[in-house]
Amino acid sequence: MDITPTDSALPPPSRGSVTRIGDRVFSGLARGSGIFLLVVMASIAVFLTIRATHAISQDHANFFTSFEWDANATPPVFGIGVLIYGTIVSSVIAMALAVPIAVGIALFISHYAPRRLATPLAYVVDLLAAIPSIIYGLWGAIYLVPHLKGLNLWLDEYLGWTGVFDKTDPEGAARSLFTVGILLAIMILPIITNVSREVFRQVPKMHEEAALALGATRWEVIRMSVLPFARSGIISASMLGLGRALGETMAVATVLSASPVLSAKLLDPVGGTFAQNIAAKFGEASPFGRDALIASGLVLFVITLLVNGAARLIIARRKEYSGANA
Amino acid sequence: MAKRIDVSGLSAYYSNHKAIDDISMTVEPRSVTAFIGPSGCGKSTFLRTLNRMHEVTPGGRVEGKVMLDDENLYASGVDPVAVRRTVGMVFQRPNPFPTMSIFDNVAAGLKLNGMRRKSELENVVEKSLKGANLWNEVKDRLNKPGSGLSGGQQQRLCIARAIAVEPQVLLMDEPCSALDPISTLAIEDLIGELKARFTIVIVTHNMQQAARVSDRTAFFNLSAIGQPGKLIELDDTERIFSNPSVQATEDYISGRFG
Amino acid sequence: MSHTIADKAPAAVPATRRLSQRRMPRWAPAAIAAAAILLGIGIGLAAGLESRIQWGMIALLLFVAGTYAVTTAVEGRRQAKDRVVTSIVWACFIVAIVPLYSLIATTISKGLKVLNGDFLSHSMGGVITIQPGGGIYHAIIGTIEQVGIATLIATPIGLLTAVYLVEYGKGKLAKAVTFFVDVMTGIPSIVAGLFILTVWVLMLGNGPSGFAGSMALTILMLPVVVRSTEEMLKLVPNELREASLALGVPKWRTILKVVLPTAIGGITTGVMLAVARITGETAPIMLLVFGSQIINNNPFEGGQSSLSYYVFEQFQNGNDASYDRAWAAALVLIAFVMILNVVARGIARWKAPKTGR
Repeated sequence: MDITPTDSALPPPSRGSVTRIGDRVFSGLARGSGIFLLVVMASIAVFLTIRATHAISQDHANFFTSFEWDANATPPVFGIGVLIYGTIVSSVIAMALAVPIAVGIALFISHYAPRRLATPLAYVVDLLAAIPSIIYGLWGAIYLVPHLKGLNLWLDEYLGWTGVFDKTDPEGAARSLFTVGILLAIMILPIITNVSREVFRQVPKMHEEAALALGATRWEVIRMSVLPFARSGIISASMLGLGRALGETMAVATVLSASPVLSAKLLDPVGGTFAQNIAAKFGEASPFGRDALIASGLVLFVITLLVNGAARLIIARRKEYSGANA
Repeated sequence: MAKRIDVSGLSAYYSNHKAIDDISMTVEPRSVTAFIGPSGCGKSTFLRTLNRMHEVTPGGRVEGKVMLDDENLYASGVDPVAVRRTVGMVFQRPNPFPTMSIFDNVAAGLKLNGMRRKSELENVVEKSLKGANLWNEVKDRLNKPGSGLSGGQQQRLCIARAIAVEPQVLLMDEPCSALDPISTLAIEDLIGELKARFTIVIVTHNMQQAARVSDRTAFFNLSAIGQPGKLIELDDTERIFSNPSVQATEDYISGRFG
Repeated sequence: MSHTIADKAPAAVPATRRLSQRRMPRWAPAAIAAAAILLGIGIGLAAGLESRIQWGMIALLLFVAGTYAVTTAVEGRRQAKDRVVTSIVWACFIVAIVPLYSLIATTISKGLKVLNGDFLSHSMGGVITIQPGGGIYHAIIGTIEQVGIATLIATPIGLLTAVYLVEYGKGKLAKAVTFFVDVMTGIPSIVAGLFILTVWVLMLGNGPSGFAGSMALTILMLPVVVRSTEEMLKLVPNELREASLALGVPKWRTILKVVLPTAIGGITTGVMLAVARITGETAPIMLLVFGSQIINNNPFEGGQSSLSYYVFEQFQNGNDASYDRAWAAALVLIAFVMILNVVARGIARWKAPKTGR
């Protein structure tokens, strides 16, 4: 690769004004692209809000608390109560399952696995993170749902008394928020693992050696040196995973047999999420129905914005922190 | 509390590369032994075989025997974790735990060994910080993070942390190379005091330092780049610096190479 | 240095410690694992548990508990804790490997059933969903065109934005752009689809087309390109820029002739990974392109299909012939994304500046 400025890159001195124009055009283009990006972000917010307010103003139910979604009817009735609940519950299940396991795998790759296994494993996890979500959805609906039936029966029988794991029809298919949570967990596992592993890898060797030299076992080294250093990194990795779980459409749409019921029984085949609801209702939506869906999309947009913003703040704080110790 | 180290026929490898070859030596208790030699001669690697830290490096492998009084560190039933508790180490760059306070840094090793009582901990932490000549400087800010100290203070904090668990041997891997002259002097004074209680082995690039702090000096050399390092000679420091028995040692000390 | 050293040893640490302690033989964890698996199967059979997943979970629990119990007895509490964490970490690995392996294995085995030359070279035109046959030719065309257009739009804008951030950006504007690039990375694909739907379809009155989908994909691709290019440009040493500027080369030519060529390997990798990411997107295609059963080569007019949307469509048909097609298309999609990833990472490794780590 030629990285030295060749003579063709040297302008004759007399063309100074051309140089200045070139510089100005190029920096203008670069700056313009940056501004374009901001404009896109702003217009997403603005245009979605315009359509959404139009829809919400004609809503004959409370948009935030109503459980129904009948936007095609006259008068239209729709609310996101079920969707908020379903989105949060499925994401929380996904996080509760995925984060500890992802941290475990990341530790496995960075500190436990034999070296010959660790390098290819890290590569494979990288690749897994790239599998399109529709394939998780296909696998989830056709393979995972029937295979979770036994687990559902068991949970219903032994943990049914908690209410949460009580299943109204124990023999019914496992098309529930619980299954969605498991599927989302499997889906976000590679991303959280990747980011956490990267953070673990960055823990300075000297901190680990400090603990080792004191006679710490491997776990004690991790507790004293690795985890404290990586904590904020793990949090932001989790937030990234959460962002994906919240907005996931296809994997949820294929698995969940949606019905607008809000139920604390996680195993029952009811509930919905923002993204899944849009995917499911879009096909038969009237023009007004589309606006209603856009309104729910705006809420999803705001939620993911908040989650990602929070993740970013945490990362920024971490930079300060590690900078002070560099 | 100090023990004699008796090394015989020790070689260390990085994967297939032999870093040091067939080293045998004795380190006397309650003395300071300095390792000197040109870069890459394996003196740091050798030091790290004395508390089984070498095998932490991927591909690191050791052959031979290291006797600590009557126990072989590389015998089959020996737990490397127990070895490292008995043989403390101070590193080239000060490495206090960044998220811990000064107090917790010193107490870290004690807590690992199951010491939980606050009063007991306070007692040992104070004693160790005094032992590392750091108490007066930090006694009012024991709860502040250790990373807020100066480089020299951090290094003494690391020494305090190492001696808090009362090891038999203290290994120091170029402990002053990242420090300014005044901090270096403080550490050197401290080494002089600590040898009353510990067997100390120090790797140094600085020959004056070796001459100042050590009782005995070992000179390591390698025949060519890529060849394993070897022990050339070990003798009283005075002799090594005035009248070494090997020509290479004299060449190195007089600055003709290295 | 006025203090004297306390030369009495603290009593808390025993003076004579032995280095060798009772240790478990090296095969112990494997033995515990084997015992746990056998017990798990036994319990599973005895209790008549239907799901293998439960057998596995029981075995894992027994493994972790067994490790703790045995190690505590032999080596003491501290070692036990260490061993338990080790076994938990291994358990995490196994728990994760099972579903991910199953996902890949299922896709490959089911996908190979109908995947052949005909499947790749035919569309679904004239095929009733319950019939076997038909193919993904139209979907491949759609994917290539939609992703291609998105890449053509997103790459230059993304590159220029990254150049702005690294070479020109200072002050509030650059900060805002950096922040919103990060936020943009997290936009759900369905929201990007809704946005284009709002502006392009609802407000400007255009019909569904591959191009509409491309615009949504562009939004998803842009931040990824910006982020990765930015990282690569930051790796270009400042000395190169200064050397060029010192020769009197104007800044814009320095960037075009020196900075970008130096980073080109990493930038290519970033763009390819971004392409791989948007290739699998389904939601915006569903909202904006609508799908199609026949070949439509024109991305600017009328509905098109795409590989990912095709998978969804066939899944929704809900019969065996359609499922077969869905798996086969899924396999093609995975293969395509994986090849892109492997090649991209290969380029990254090949062009990477040689560093110690």
